[in-house]
Amino acid sequence: MGLLTVKNLVKYYGKICAVNNISFSIAPGICFGLLGPNGAGKTTTIEIIEGITQPTSGEILYNDAPRNRSFWERIGVQFQSTELLAFLTVRESIQTFMRLYRNHFSLDQLVRICSLEDIQHQDNRKISGGQKQRLMLAIALANNPDLIFLDEPTTGLDPQSRRHLWEIVEAIKRKGKTIVLTTHYMEEAQILCDEIIIVDKGKIIAQGVPEDLITRKCSGQMIRLPQENVSQHVRQLLNLNQDVTWHLDATNKYILIQTKTVNACIDLLMNNQVDLSRLTIRPHNLEDLFLQLTGKALRH
Amino acid sequence: MYRFWSIFIARNKEYYRDRASFGWNIMFPFLIIFGFALLFQDGGQRPYKVAILTSQSIHPVIEKQVCSHDLFSCIPISDKEIAIDKLNHHQLDMVMENASQPFKYWINASSPKGILSESLLTRTAMSKVERNQRLIKQTIHSKPVYYIEWLFPGIISMGMMFSSLFGIGFSIVRYRQNGVLKRLKATPLTSFEYLCAQILSRLLMILLTNIILYAGCSWLLGFQCSGSLFHLLIFFSLGTISVISLGLIVAARIKTEELAHGMLNMITWPMMFLSEVWFSIEDAPMWIKRFALCLPLSHVTRGLRLIMNDGAHLFDLSSEIFYLSILTVIFLLIGSMMFKWTQ
Repeated sequence: MGLLTVKNLVKYYGKICAVNNISFSIAPGICFGLLGPNGAGKTTTIEIIEGITQPTSGEILYNDAPRNRSFWERIGVQFQSTELLAFLTVRESIQTFMRLYRNHFSLDQLVRICSLEDIQHQDNRKISGGQKQRLMLAIALANNPDLIFLDEPTTGLDPQSRRHLWEIVEAIKRKGKTIVLTTHYMEEAQILCDEIIIVDKGKIIAQGVPEDLITRKCSGQMIRLPQENVSQHVRQLLNLNQDVTWHLDATNKYILIQTKTVNACIDLLMNNQVDLSRLTIRPHNLEDLFLQLTGKALRH
Repeated sequence: MYRFWSIFIARNKEYYRDRASFGWNIMFPFLIIFGFALLFQDGGQRPYKVAILTSQSIHPVIEKQVCSHDLFSCIPISDKEIAIDKLNHHQLDMVMENASQPFKYWINASSPKGILSESLLTRTAMSKVERNQRLIKQTIHSKPVYYIEWLFPGIISMGMMFSSLFGIGFSIVRYRQNGVLKRLKATPLTSFEYLCAQILSRLLMILLTNIILYAGCSWLLGFQCSGSLFHLLIFFSLGTISVISLGLIVAARIKTEELAHGMLNMITWPMMFLSEVWFSIEDAPMWIKRFALCLPLSHVTRGLRLIMNDGAHLFDLSSEIFYLSILTVIFLLIGSMMFKWTQ
């Protein structure tokens, strides 16, 4: 039984199909990731579930029943970008949203969970991007929700702020909350998500546990080399090898060689005098999986 | 220079691609000019309003010496009591009897326009010989309403209108534009609750500012409210709710502040001139007077003047209260039905 079930969801904007017959179910207590490039239909899907946007067709069930007013009592939402009511402090902003719900966390607890102690009395317009995202997360948690929607919560944040937010999300997960996360940061999805769907052009193209999907779809290892190190001759040799596929990364600076036989591949490179001083070997990740499935990079 | 051009071109595109705002910016001046042309086409440009006490034809001498004068606008009124009351309340500048000569005339000694119209009548419109033979000045016996006392209710109702319409209109449109409303939609908050909170918050602010304004003006200018302050507060609150509700209709769907600005101007300007805040529309065509009755500010201004100038009780304002209540319900229904959280 899923906490949230989405059945045959379709959304058209005029003649453009933003969401094309999407179905999935989310079990309680997990972090569920919606991954996909910009314009894939992630935000539209999540906003339909939140009740912000009306679907063209499809059904959404919460605890196996259609959503009613109590649904909004039980969910917490963090949008990609939102302004807040002006001239309020951080603490007052949280308090304003807390008062919209019957049940809620204590204010001090929320401030502590989201590490807002130092800025709680500051004007909400005068805080940094990372602090604002933590404030928005605190607002999303104001009603102590069972189901939390986080729509690209770390977009635009510096690495330190991003990791700080991940720690908070991990802490929320440990409290047994269900999280629906949209992101195009693969590292974020791999760290936080227990289950994912990958969406492209409004359709689900893969669904499952991240590690299982990677193992199933991308076998072997990934060798990375600066592309100037690999001559045309070597690339032709790689093309002839059935255990090897290669492509350039999104920056065009590196050549990525996918292989099941790492030793044999390295032998081939060494035998052809390829400079291996900047070689790295890593396991496949979600970015590789997406590339495998769609033939394009996730962020572009 | 290229940076200037870059911003200049981008801003121009932003301006004309927002078709609704662009359209309003063209339509608004046109409609205002068209509206005023209609309002003042029939003698409305004559600044002094003289009531002629008659239900039939106007005496040829008055017709020739007063009504044909470029600065007098003659309004036939059959009931003397009504005419004197309007004179007392600065809705008329002079009242003239239409019987045989000499003609009796009344002015409100506290009205600058009344004094000027008398001066015009006795020095310009008629010769010295004529005025001695033809005119007898009469005095008003009821308590005079001083001009500031007449003007003050109009000014506070006008201030209330701007604060209500622009305050509520702009804030809701801005919150829709920057996503605050979208975020609120993802909570159990209903549009009815949200709109009620907006109305009450704005009402409270307007009441507070106007109480301070009233106290200050009363202290500085020394005027007093003839009626009950409690009744004044109740009636003013009803009027404010009505005007705020009108603002909600404007704010219900509009996506940009520029369009909201255009539409709010479109509402406030005619309302300011037709609700007799500054001048009377006694000599305006009948359809304009009827149209003015559809505007909440006309009833607010009239009701406030009745309480403050004449000491009217709430029971005496039953028609104003009825109209304002009906308008409020209509505006609220339309506003809440049209209301959209997102763009």
